[in-house]
Amino acid sequence: MLSYMRAQISIAIFDKMSFKNLSDKVIARVKIIVFLLAFMPLDKLLLYAYLNNLGANPIEKITRVTGYWALFFLLITLAITPIRRLTKWLWVMRLRRMLGLFAFFYGFLHFLTYLILDQFFDCEAILKDIIKRPYITIGFFAFVLMIPLAITSTDSLIRRLGGKRWRFLHRLVYLTAIAGVIHYWWLVKKDLTEPIIFAVVLTTLLGVRVFYGLKSIYKV
Amino acid sequence: MKYYKNKPISSSEITPSYLFYARRKFMQLAGGATLAAIMPSTVWANDKLSASQNVTYNLKDELTPYKDVTSYNNFYEFGTSKEDPAKNAKGLKTRPWSIVVDGEVKKPKTFDIEELLKMAPLEERIYRFRCVEAWSMVIPWIGFPLNELIKQVEPTGNAKFVEFISLHDQEQMPGQKSSVLEWPYREGLRIDEAMHPLTLLTMGLYGELLPNQNGAPVRVVVPWKYGFKSPKSIVRIRFTESQPVSSWMQAGPNEYGFYSNVNPDIDHARWSQAKERRIGEFFKRKTLLLNGYAEEVAQLYAGTDINSYF
Repeated sequence: MLSYMRAQISIAIFDKMSFKNLSDKVIARVKIIVFLLAFMPLDKLLLYAYLNNLGANPIEKITRVTGYWALFFLLITLAITPIRRLTKWLWVMRLRRMLGLFAFFYGFLHFLTYLILDQFFDCEAILKDIIKRPYITIGFFAFVLMIPLAITSTDSLIRRLGGKRWRFLHRLVYLTAIAGVIHYWWLVKKDLTEPIIFAVVLTTLLGVRVFYGLKSIYKV
Repeated sequence: MKYYKNKPISSSEITPSYLFYARRKFMQLAGGATLAAIMPSTVWANDKLSASQNVTYNLKDELTPYKDVTSYNNFYEFGTSKEDPAKNAKGLKTRPWSIVVDGEVKKPKTFDIEELLKMAPLEERIYRFRCVEAWSMVIPWIGFPLNELIKQVEPTGNAKFVEFISLHDQEQMPGQKSSVLEWPYREGLRIDEAMHPLTLLTMGLYGELLPNQNGAPVRVVVPWKYGFKSPKSIVRIRFTESQPVSSWMQAGPNEYGFYSNVNPDIDHARWSQAKERRIGEFFKRKTLLLNGYAEEVAQLYAGTDINSYF
């Protein structure tokens, strides 16, 4: 896979194309690579499950891994616009939808793990959790907010909503990401290292937006 | 110059693998036997620890597999993830080892680990172990009641509490480089809890000396309290008049109280304690009051509402 990636990148370079724009053909290949890479955490989980190698508490492990990657892809998705601004690579925008859908995909698996493996459809316990446990409340909130974004990600729905309304709706992703990081922060027993890293990255990504927003208002 | 060419080894010269390993096995046995002959007084050899089965505390539940007991641990001295202790505890030196016993006692004393192992008959006891994180195990521990040790040092009338202090050594315990808890790890019990026959001074599990990641060479197991109340790798036991402050009480005063008895009706500040996942089982099971030891220990908390002990 890596050698394939390298080959694609060198094709892009040796075709003397600038990184600003890539041809549709190259973009299609890059998308395939990203698509395959994005499945690797799930592949690893399935392989380990098959090898009976998920440790003493497999359900906890699956919950952690799916939650971690949901947050990871959320942040990667939020990094796309800043990357475009800094590098002027326009093509990265064409990866954003797929990355966002992977965030939803892992978030959905995370939710299913909780629903089926952890609670086994114990609706009473789940309801209690959502009402009484702030970290569950906010995690559930983060997941629910992703649903309309995933649904309205198709070309036809983007057209039907119109660019302006669609962009407004999709600002929900900021809330999802903030809620997701708080969810992680609140559930950790004591060691906050990883939630802090996520929080710093998220703050940076949102800060870049505030910076560009202010810049355009004051036209500095 | 003369060149030697290596003659290929003919297959008849190769030692068959069964003989090769048989020799290895023999050497191991011989080594163990020699060790046993040199040190006839030790109760352990080749990490094995012999003990008689305690008939009263002999839970019939299925044991949690040895692999899980020794690879899924909360032992922040070696890192905060469950897999860390098994990976990082190899460098812990458990010999020589001694425990200082002092404070409000008539006969303060330093006990060597070998002396501890011979102080009282070793028993195997199968206890439930309930972590505050809502998972649990069933573990065959080896040790003897902590009160055997306490009797030897004769606590004074002022001794109301017992504090346990674990090893503090960044070299051996790399997790202590992080300030996730205040080191050394400290835990405590009320004196009557410490004297209770269920409270086990523990030197082994599954018929062998405690693996490092499980708190070698000596720990205390208090089966009716959450796991963090069972301190590991103890170097000092101190008798005090006032209630000691444990590391977890410092880390989260509203989440971890001094008593921390297993109680399905008192939730953790952030999650429910009503149920637990027994390691190896799919469905959660209901958590028992005082982890199923209510009959034995309820009298310690008689006269007051058990729910008032946090």
